[in-house]
Amino acid sequence: MSPSLPPIRPEDEAAAEKLRPHGAFDPTGIEPDIAVRRDLLLRLGDDALVLGQRLGEWCGHGPALEVDISLANLALDLVGQATLLLNEAGDGDRLAFHRDVLDFRNCLLVEQPNGDFAQTMARHLLYTTWQHMVLQRLRESADRFVREFAHKAVKEVTYHRELAAEWTIRLGDGTEESARRMTEGLDWNWRFVPELFEVDESMQAAIDRGLAPDPRDFEDEYRAAIAAVIEEAQLAQPEDQRAILGGRRGHHSEHLGHLLAVMQFLPRTYPDATW
Amino acid sequence: MSGDWPLWEVFVRAKGGLSHRHVGSVHAPDAELALRHARDTYTRRLEGVSLWVVPSAEIVASDPDEAGELFEPAESKIYRHPTFYDIPDEVKHI
Repeated sequence: MSPSLPPIRPEDEAAAEKLRPHGAFDPTGIEPDIAVRRDLLLRLGDDALVLGQRLGEWCGHGPALEVDISLANLALDLVGQATLLLNEAGDGDRLAFHRDVLDFRNCLLVEQPNGDFAQTMARHLLYTTWQHMVLQRLRESADRFVREFAHKAVKEVTYHRELAAEWTIRLGDGTEESARRMTEGLDWNWRFVPELFEVDESMQAAIDRGLAPDPRDFEDEYRAAIAAVIEEAQLAQPEDQRAILGGRRGHHSEHLGHLLAVMQFLPRTYPDATW
Repeated sequence: MSGDWPLWEVFVRAKGGLSHRHVGSVHAPDAELALRHARDTYTRRLEGVSLWVVPSAEIVASDPDEAGELFEPAESKIYRHPTFYDIPDEVKHI
C-alpha cells in the first residue's frame, strides 16, 4: 500500500528550512515572500476582475448583436482569469466582493469608463497588448501556479489583443466619425499607459524573486507594437500626457468606486445569498 | 449598425475527419471580422476545430418553386439506397 501523505516537495522543504530558527511571533523570513507573491496575484487578478466587470457592462448594449456576444466572451475570459488568480491569493469571492476600493491593486487603465465602443477598444488594445507581453514572460516564472496560469491565459489574451487591434484599425481607417472616436478613445486612455511600466518596491521584489518579468524590459517592444497598430489605423500617434500613477497602491480614480458599488451590491446586501 | 454589414454564412467542423456543417450566419464588415464573430457566436462551447465563413450573397440557392421537378423524381427510386447489402457485424460506422 502506498503512503497516504503527499510527497514533500523541494519548495516545501526550503520553506520549512527558513522557518526553523524562529518562534511563532518572530519575523519568519518567509512572510515577505508570501506578501510579494500575494501582491503580484492581486495586481493581475484585480486587473482581470475590473476589466471583466467593465466589459460586462456592455452586455445588452453592444453596437451590434455579434459585438455584444464578442464583448461578453472577452469579459468571461477575464472573470475566469480573475477567479483563478484571486482564489490563489486567498478566498476569491471575499476578495472580489468584500474588499473596499483602497485595497484594490489594479492599474488605473482597466477601471476607466467604457465611453463609446472605440474608447472601450482603445483601452482593450492598450491593456491586453501589455497583458499579453507579461503573460508570455510569466510562463517562465519561478512560481509553478503563475507559470501554469500564464500558459492557459496567454491563449485567451492573444485573441483579445488581436481583436482589439482589428477594431482599432477598422475604426481608425473607417469613416471620419469612427476615426475621430478612435482618436478620442486613445487620447482618453493614453495617460494611464506609463503606470503599466512602473516598478515599485513590491514589483521589484517580485522581479528579484523571479516571479515576474521587469516590464521595463519590454516597454520599447510595447510602444512599437501599439505604434504599428495606430499607424495601420491611419491615425496620428497620441501626444504624451502627464502620466497618472497610483492604482497599484490603491490610489484609484473615482470610477472604480462606482464600478465596485454595482459589482459588490448583491453579495454585500445579502451575504448569505446563493445561486 | 449590424444592419449596414453584409451577412456571412458560418460553417463549423466539429472535429477532424468530419465535414464543415452550416450552423447559422453573422453580420460583419469584412471576412476577417466575420471569422471572429463566427468564433464568438458559434464556437463558445467547444463546438468546433475549424470555421468557414462565406458571403451569403455568394450562395446560389435552388428555387423552391422548382422543388417538384428537382427532388420528387428521387422519391420512387429506392434501389438507389444501398439497403440490399448484408453488412458484416465487424464493420462499424456505416
